[in-house]
Amino acid sequence: MAKSLANAKSRRNNQNNKVIAALVGPLSFWLVLFLALPLIYVVLISFMNKGTYGGIDWTFTLKNYIDLWNPSYGKVIWKSIALAFNTSLICLLISYPFSFILSWVQEKYRGFLILLIMLPFWINELIRLNGWSNILRDSGIINRFLLELGIIDSPITMMYTDGATLFGMVYAFFPFMVLPLNTSLSKLDVTLIEASYDLGASKLHTFFRVILPLTYPGIFAGTIQVFIPSLGAFYIADVMGGGNSTLLGNLIKDQFLTARNWPGGAAFSVILIIFTLIMMKLYSKVGDLDDLA
Amino acid sequence: MKRKQKKPLGPLSYVYLALVYLFLYLPIFMVIAYSFNTNDNNLVFEGFTLKWYGEMFRDDSLMASFWLTIKLALVSTIISVVLGTLATIGMHRYEFKLKKTLDGMLYIPIVIPELVIGIASLATFTFMNISMSFWTLVIAHVTFCVPFIVITLRARIADFDKSIEEAAMDLGANQLHTLKRVTIPMLMPGIISGALLSITLSLDDVIISYFVTGAGEMTLPIKVYGMARGKIATEVYALSSSMILCTILGYLVFIFASGKRNKKTVS
Repeated sequence: MAKSLANAKSRRNNQNNKVIAALVGPLSFWLVLFLALPLIYVVLISFMNKGTYGGIDWTFTLKNYIDLWNPSYGKVIWKSIALAFNTSLICLLISYPFSFILSWVQEKYRGFLILLIMLPFWINELIRLNGWSNILRDSGIINRFLLELGIIDSPITMMYTDGATLFGMVYAFFPFMVLPLNTSLSKLDVTLIEASYDLGASKLHTFFRVILPLTYPGIFAGTIQVFIPSLGAFYIADVMGGGNSTLLGNLIKDQFLTARNWPGGAAFSVILIIFTLIMMKLYSKVGDLDDLA
Repeated sequence: MKRKQKKPLGPLSYVYLALVYLFLYLPIFMVIAYSFNTNDNNLVFEGFTLKWYGEMFRDDSLMASFWLTIKLALVSTIISVVLGTLATIGMHRYEFKLKKTLDGMLYIPIVIPELVIGIASLATFTFMNISMSFWTLVIAHVTFCVPFIVITLRARIADFDKSIEEAAMDLGANQLHTLKRVTIPMLMPGIISGALLSITLSLDDVIISYFVTGAGEMTLPIKVYGMARGKIATEVYALSSSMILCTILGYLVFIFASGKRNKKTVS
């Protein structure tokens, strides 16, 4: 009796395992083959020598990591991090009040307003950036308007500067700040704010001691969503900054496609991978990783 | 209830909202306006024409890119939906070894810069001697779309009544039958919104495609990237304007249809 029961149980376990394999197996297989192994491969080749004809010479070296300390690369890396930081900060400063107001809008309109944030994604980002370039460049709409009114004598240079790259980044990534902030702020319990007022806290005090700490997960999620992609977004620097701004992303792209120095490019990418892992680890302490999507 | 306690918004708040939306939409208005321009230098608005909307259909390479982009988005979304749905159900229903690892892998494409996935795919395909083609694009797109499907579905499956599935089993349906007739239909709204997200991501992707595209396969974003530093052909403006118009129309039809259905279930 007991034996047959145990048999039935193990048979069911067996069947369960088959079902699990059928359900989860395909995706696991896919992610291992096309995500995990490629990333490991990149880390691996970052420790190899560059082959003579652009290939990989499978001999171990730390040269690629030592090269990272080359001042001209160091400058680019530093500039990229500073730019990503500024982008995140500006996005946060624009998005926080925006999301705050949004969370006070009636629910039936809020869905529509959020949709309006998403809708631009259906026009390719590059086309939207090109739209800005038509507005901002020397012969663009703003300059022609100001010239015609006689406010300025010669066009103000706005495009193809580092400022333009920063502008483009803020434009491209600011929706990714709004969405998590909105999730965080709409979960905010109004009674807590009232309690704070009732207990005699000022508006400013309430904001910094109650509202802001409660929205840290949203702020952090948004910052990750802006900071990390802006480290890699080479096309924004290309389109808005012209040839004048080289960022980490451009460097990696050029190492892979132009200079054909894959191990060198891989070493730069490892910086990005490490950055990402650190931020994910930090974030998993504050909030739910699912909110990042 | 909570809503009533909130104070109404002041006019300054509305001005702020409007400014932010203006920032978001100004270049889009510009693109739409210039798609009707008789002059194609994208500088001066000379007069109204629909010429570019005809031209875009005659531009074979533009049309080829357009259809490639659509085909890529659909094929990679279908694969992502199948892989993602099965895995979400599996992860929700069962505990198994390495579940945490699978979970961790799913977050990587969401957080890591797309550039890294792009070069990693390029390096790996080269290593495996796979030459770049439509299918390398599909593989790379599925890899970054599938996590979004899983996470969208997971939010849906979390407030899911397990007893309905159990009832189906008790009534003699086998696993496969339950999956087909009960679980998947219940997940449908999540699958649809996940699929829409995946299509959007795939349509807009520049970076990953840039690294894994074959010589003859140019998606629309890559074609635009080639032009974006200089002048974008006005046909491209026309095509983009048509695409956003179709999206808005599609959304309105969807709202209208779902509104109607909701009314029906109420009455």
